[in-house]
Amino acid sequence: MPKLIVDGKEIEVPAEFTLLQACEAAGAEIPRFCFHERLSIAGNCRMCLVELVGSPKPVASCAWAVRDCRPGPKGEPPVVNTRTPMVRKAREGVMEFLLINHPLDCPICDQGGECDLQDQAMAYGVDKSRYVENKRAVEDKYIGPLVKTIMTRCIHCTRCVRFTSEVAGVSDLGAIGRGEDMEITTYLEHAMSSELQGNVIDLCPVGALTAKPYAFQARPWELIKTESIDVMDAAGSNIRVDTRGREVQRILPRTNEAVNEEWISDKTRFIWDGLRTQRLDRPYVRVNGRLQPASWNEAFAAIAARVKQAGAKRTGAIIGDLASVEESFAIKDLMTRIGSANVDCRQDGAALDPILGRASYLFNATIAGIEEADGLIIIGSNPRKEAPVINARIRKRWLRGGFPIWMVGEAADLTYQYQHLGAGAETLAKLGGEAPGKMERPLVLVGQGALARPDGAVVLSLAAKAAVTAGAIKDDWNGFSVLHTAASRVGALDVGAVPGEGGLNVAGMLEPKALEVLFLLGADEVDVPDGAFVIYLGTHGDRGAHRADVILPGAAYTEKNSTYVNTEGRPQLANRAAFPPGDAREDWAILRALSDVLGAKLPYDSLVGLRRAVYERHPHLALTDSIEPASAAAVEQLAARGGRTEKAPFQSPVRDFYLTNPIARASAVMAECSALAARKFATAAE
Amino acid sequence: MAVRRLAPADVQPKDFAFSAENLTWAKKQIEKYPPGREASAVIPLLWKAQEQHDGWLPEPAIRYVADMLDMVHIRVLEVATFYTMFNLEPVGKFLVQLCGTTPCMLRGAEDLKAVCERRIGHQHHVTKDGKFSWVEVECLGACVNAPMVQINADFYEDLTPASFDKLLDDLVAGKNPNPGPQVDRQFSAPQGGLTTLTDPAIYATAPRSGGPALDDSNAKKPGAAANVREAGVPRPPVGDSSGPRQN
Repeated sequence: MPKLIVDGKEIEVPAEFTLLQACEAAGAEIPRFCFHERLSIAGNCRMCLVELVGSPKPVASCAWAVRDCRPGPKGEPPVVNTRTPMVRKAREGVMEFLLINHPLDCPICDQGGECDLQDQAMAYGVDKSRYVENKRAVEDKYIGPLVKTIMTRCIHCTRCVRFTSEVAGVSDLGAIGRGEDMEITTYLEHAMSSELQGNVIDLCPVGALTAKPYAFQARPWELIKTESIDVMDAAGSNIRVDTRGREVQRILPRTNEAVNEEWISDKTRFIWDGLRTQRLDRPYVRVNGRLQPASWNEAFAAIAARVKQAGAKRTGAIIGDLASVEESFAIKDLMTRIGSANVDCRQDGAALDPILGRASYLFNATIAGIEEADGLIIIGSNPRKEAPVINARIRKRWLRGGFPIWMVGEAADLTYQYQHLGAGAETLAKLGGEAPGKMERPLVLVGQGALARPDGAVVLSLAAKAAVTAGAIKDDWNGFSVLHTAASRVGALDVGAVPGEGGLNVAGMLEPKALEVLFLLGADEVDVPDGAFVIYLGTHGDRGAHRADVILPGAAYTEKNSTYVNTEGRPQLANRAAFPPGDAREDWAILRALSDVLGAKLPYDSLVGLRRAVYERHPHLALTDSIEPASAAAVEQLAARGGRTEKAPFQSPVRDFYLTNPIARASAVMAECSALAARKFATAAE
Repeated sequence: MAVRRLAPADVQPKDFAFSAENLTWAKKQIEKYPPGREASAVIPLLWKAQEQHDGWLPEPAIRYVADMLDMVHIRVLEVATFYTMFNLEPVGKFLVQLCGTTPCMLRGAEDLKAVCERRIGHQHHVTKDGKFSWVEVECLGACVNAPMVQINADFYEDLTPASFDKLLDDLVAGKNPNPGPQVDRQFSAPQGGLTTLTDPAIYATAPRSGGPALDDSNAKKPGAAANVREAGVPRPPVGDSSGPRQN
């Protein structure tokens, strides 16, 4: 590795490093606007100028490779200075030029307080302007309901343009015109169509692109920041929830290289207005066909009476898509204690079962492992809609080349090219006989669209067989990967929230007259037949609450300390950022209180006690942020099962990306996005 | 330079397609580039589209070219708005591009501008009869013949307000004025004939020492040193007795 002297300090860095990376490795801080680690190098802001001894001019360190530096006359290592007066003067000059056309409207700018330009102007700006001419003004552009533009503030770093075309894979944004008149826009100001477009807000180093729903809501220094986990999809994106008082003001990504890098989907980012509306803030009991507000005791008494009357065998529970590990465990525990085996977390009826081994329902290759794979077979999934962040990872790997992708299922624009093999199980069965190509580390991605159907178990087995045939099961590689759509699913499967011996599964519980009492733990995607007494424990007045006979108001994911296990099987802790509204309580506490009334008291009085019980039974859940690898033997056994399949093609369960759960359905922003996407789809079909 | 925008929707045509002849031409252009690099043909195609569409580039043509080259629409819009050679709004039958850069300005471009403003109107405005529109451009590289204008494909140089006026009249009348200098001058040669090197004696053939160093029948041999001169050694003026300069 070549040597380099940065600010008098000799370091050794790989030749392909840029000077900027080398300087950072040496501990020097380099200001920058256009450079971003995860985007291509543009080199147009010139803020990262450093002195390269021997070069007549300062050089842009982001675009200058270490291997391009020449050694000294006697073979000494190249010398880079980042703190000399020459560098300082160069950067001050760049800053002065940037500020010439920048409006300096920081007091009314939403980026104020977290603005790169503001921060760097503190270091390199001067306190007065020498510029007396008119400043440039740029018309604002409409680029969709999520991103607000104040284009006069734009400094033409083109990070947003590079993000949309490189990471998001949808070339929405472009820079029209040139020079001073360059403007960032979409074609004829159409709305952007990416599910990751919100990330341009974080990327924008100035206040040109800001969050439309968050406009003029808060200042960053007023917000309390809580690290948490997203539940909009099963990727388990790491997020930061910013609250002021009781209300969530915005949601931002946290960097986690193993999960979401630093991107989050728009649903994750802009869901927060749904946390304020349609909330269940007190218990309700249905009296004479109408839901009446009630006290907790009245609600519990009503439940206890019905459960006693129905008996354990005629009582069941369905766990919804947003439930945390703790409450899944608690409700499973409660049902077991009252003697009912009717518990199911597979709201959509997916044929996943912990009995088949943990490897049968995990994304075994891991999300970071996508980058190590050398081929991908997608079975019955649309990762772009089901987990946009994982889709971005697939695209990142695909861009690097040598990554053939095959697809069995519904053809869709996934932002990368793939070969469409067929639509359903017949094609999948063929893959069990012969792999589509030769791969060392193939990844077989199985979506819920292939599993949530009557023949799901057989399809799962066929997918496992295809994985084994393709060579996805090796000593150091397990490429069989199930992509979940529900944040609760893996955690609930881990704690065994599936029907016990003689218990009914979701389909069985939803048969007319099968059950008398049915608990819905935030389960809104099911149609409960008439006759059953429904207890809805959840957060929003959605489908489940409308059908309910008793409503118990619970806490949303930002309002409780809880554990979520993502599709890889990685337990992650979500922290409470705000309190639930009104009388609403944390779900596990409600279950604990109810258990007392039902005469089957749960033996934990605190979250710590509950977690201790969870960890005792399922020790791997205590290992937060890390994955307990599952035994690949399960996949091989699964492959041997086989069976008969149906002709119906696979269909992704996510029909409308923006409206997949009760919180999203309560959000006005998501509703607008959904309507816009539907319109776009309609025009495209014409 | 000003902000360049697409023409308003009410002047945009509904759709655009290449004529059969242009389509063949376009396909040939695309074939010049290797598969996957079709986008390289974007400028020639846009140029052809502009040529076909009365000298300006409508929005449907941008989409048409983008779809033809399998490009995202915004990428073609970027190209079309970047290059000032693409006219995004309707232009007259004769588009006058008037050079206003320093040499032309010093030689009277401002007066020509006045003529344009009087006869045509403000910049980008198309006359009622659709004959003319004008625009001030940066240097067109004919400084030695300043001031000058480019009308469609031709340069008209060494203009005065009077000759420019006449030039415009001729164009309206359908005459074909001669492009190039509008004064008594060939290209950039001196006005009114040569002023130097007029002595015929200098063109008298002096006996050559040995002809050119290289000619067609005696091609340069491979391996000849780089400092071996190909051109003939310069000869001193007639009457100079100092002998050829050796280097």
